[in-house]
Amino acid sequence: MTAPAIELKGISKAFGPVQANKDISISVQPGTIHGIIGENGAGKSTLMSILYGFYKADAGEIFIKGKKTLIPDSQAAIAAGIGMVFQHFKLVENFTVLENIILGAEDGAMLSTSLSNARRELKHLAEEYGLNVDPDAVIENLSVGHQQRVEILKALYRKAEILILDEPTGVLTPAEADQLFRILDRLRAEGKTIILITHKLREIMEYTNTVSVMRRGQMTATVKTEETSPEHLAELMVGRKVLLRVDKAPAEPGATVLDIKGLRVVDDKGVERVKGIDLAVRAGEIVGIAGVAGNGQSELLEVLGGFAEGTGTILMNGSEIPLSGHGADGQTRRAVGISHVPEDRQREGLIMEFSAWENTVFGYHHAPEIQNGLLMDNKGIFAEAEAKMERFDVRPPDPKLAAKNFSGGNQQKIVLAREIERNPDLLLIGQPTRGVDIGAIEFIHQQIVNLRDQGKAILLVSVELDEIMSLSDRIVVMFDGHITGERDPGQTNEKELGLLMAGITDTSTVAGNGNTTPPEQEVHANG
Amino acid sequence: MDFLTLLQVLDTSVRLATPLLLACLAGLYSERSGVVDIGLEGKMLAAAFFAAAFAFYSGNAWVGLLAGVGASIVLSIIHGLASVTFRGNQLISGVAINFLAAGMTVLAAQSWFRQGGRTPPLEGAARFNPIELPFAIGPNDAAAAERPLSQLIAEAGPFQQFYSELISGHSILVYLALLTVPATWWLLFRTRFGLRLRAVGENPAAVDTAGISVVWLRYGAILICGILCGVAGAYLSSALQAGFVKDMTAGRGFIALAALIFAKWRPVYALWACLLFGLFQALELRPDIIENLTGMKVQVQLLGALPYILTVVILAGFVGKAIPPRASGEPYIKER
Repeated sequence: MTAPAIELKGISKAFGPVQANKDISISVQPGTIHGIIGENGAGKSTLMSILYGFYKADAGEIFIKGKKTLIPDSQAAIAAGIGMVFQHFKLVENFTVLENIILGAEDGAMLSTSLSNARRELKHLAEEYGLNVDPDAVIENLSVGHQQRVEILKALYRKAEILILDEPTGVLTPAEADQLFRILDRLRAEGKTIILITHKLREIMEYTNTVSVMRRGQMTATVKTEETSPEHLAELMVGRKVLLRVDKAPAEPGATVLDIKGLRVVDDKGVERVKGIDLAVRAGEIVGIAGVAGNGQSELLEVLGGFAEGTGTILMNGSEIPLSGHGADGQTRRAVGISHVPEDRQREGLIMEFSAWENTVFGYHHAPEIQNGLLMDNKGIFAEAEAKMERFDVRPPDPKLAAKNFSGGNQQKIVLAREIERNPDLLLIGQPTRGVDIGAIEFIHQQIVNLRDQGKAILLVSVELDEIMSLSDRIVVMFDGHITGERDPGQTNEKELGLLMAGITDTSTVAGNGNTTPPEQEVHANG
Repeated sequence: MDFLTLLQVLDTSVRLATPLLLACLAGLYSERSGVVDIGLEGKMLAAAFFAAAFAFYSGNAWVGLLAGVGASIVLSIIHGLASVTFRGNQLISGVAINFLAAGMTVLAAQSWFRQGGRTPPLEGAARFNPIELPFAIGPNDAAAAERPLSQLIAEAGPFQQFYSELISGHSILVYLALLTVPATWWLLFRTRFGLRLRAVGENPAAVDTAGISVVWLRYGAILICGILCGVAGAYLSSALQAGFVKDMTAGRGFIALAALIFAKWRPVYALWACLLFGLFQALELRPDIIENLTGMKVQVQLLGALPYILTVVILAGFVGKAIPPRASGEPYIKER
């Protein structure tokens, strides 16, 4: 057996009283893809930051190709042959591809020689790994998928032998993700070692050779991928059995609750984002809107929620609601029975500095039952908040804690508790499980399904295709402000939806009956 | 307006544009690296005082220049400590530096020279005197011909007029400031340092993950900013004028910032922007020209206010969209 490409022995790191990494040891063979999964805050990012020289470990050793290596800063990590592709790209947006690639790895004090050398080398890398990018393109004009290629090229240009990718597919379309994995395959075949951090169990199962699971700062297991199953991994992540599939009975849709006709939305830059949409949501059904981020779904939710203006007609329980001017606000929307769990819960769903109990009444603070003469009935609100947090399993169950001190999943539960318990006719919910732990996802999905079973209408927007497919009773795909198709989740597959998400409406070649996506792969685990 | 008058106005414009240009380029380095510096005014003022004071004591303008640059660098480092090392609010730090300089210079001037907060007038080698370029008509020719210089120039051909009046006869610092423009362009767009500097002002995380120190890059930019402000201040008190007077920068640091926005953070545009502001200031000194051109009597005060009005107009965003370096004004905090 050859020396491992990378080996960590007993890595520990604490931030104050929080033990982010505790005695972590892994060993990754060269020419393999090693997956690391774990929930939010499990310590994956800390571990990778240590490996990339961002943090110094309190204890432990790092061996690269069998040789003990100190990594005090990123420069040392690069010198040791480690390249990192961050979840949020570290690119200079108004620089060209070439400039971004040479930044920090210039050949000398003058740029011209560096640029021409890099141009040559880039051509070389493009041929070798199928990584084609126009070297003179400006980053901000590139698609997200191409920007990610630039990040990979940056690492390869620095002669990286070990490539770490942090949640690489979160921002990609299914087709782009496929391309990425083809590239990774090729890199693996060339002998590069790849560490893949992801929360998507499917990616782990399909592409990795070995996988490590992290929970609460500890490495709970390292297994060969072929010897494990998604259920087993999920259990290792959460520490208990997790129901990965959404358990729901067939929908029994009733009367139309929301009826959208010819909705158009122009954003504040004057760009039309929603280009004439017709959509109806009935009582007792979940309509899922699939699409790559930025194709008008957010604007649709914003207009429905009353914090953006649009034109067209929207009927709520048969009566028209104003889309601009007086009455086009959240207060009026809530009055007609629309609740909204916004996409960006930290900016639009909560006030992060305020305590949990205050956050449980925002938007409903005019409700007569929580007034006490001229003042608010703070005691009553507090008691109700405590009860809500109990019912929605918010941890820690401390209403006095500021919203920012809860984890993503628990923040979402606070918002959900507020919006669902108002008993709305229509629930708008955007990215319900973004940044939410796998254990909390199960709970949140169950709440959404319960609400549906009570005969409420639910409009769901998510960029997680798995989530759309497993929760929705009807799937509507948006591309460039238009609805490109509507599908029955039982009668479609990821490929078909992927084409619709890319604006291709002729899906006859891939139209399936769902068999291509076996049920256990419809699971998703945000971590 | 005849050709010679035009040349005279342009000549004055160049003189007045020089401190603006130096300060504007100083701000350019700082902001391109992501550090907003509204303390240009204070740094120039401090430099103006120390340059005048040391030039007076030593009788050597170059000693004054060094002292001015030194004072400006000290203030720059304070700004760097506050905004880079301690990640404080860059605007507050800049305002503090302006107040500090405004008070400190007058206090020091009064206690050293006891002339009501000014330095004694500078003479001879304590000032940066005009340089006469080869083949230009200058004071020496006038002395030799025993006739006034203005007469000699008026009799010369248009090219000689252009050369002698506009090109020749400035202090060395004017030429230095003009040379700083191509030098800055070259440094920013043709060298490794420039690439990194521009990158750190746009996305410091990209620089950090590439293994380069964000802190040192920003200090480098701040240092250059300090040097250029120092030269600008020294120019004010020992070249443009002969000695330091209270608040002699008169808002030039802020006009330079406006010019920087006008120039969209690009060095060559900065030159044109500063020359435009310089022209306004020059017209203020020649109300007769405006009167001849427009046929109306224009209040001198209104002319004096022109650069400031233009500043407001520019800052209000009427001159196209100017996109600042994306990370400017934000301290860099390493995220997990």
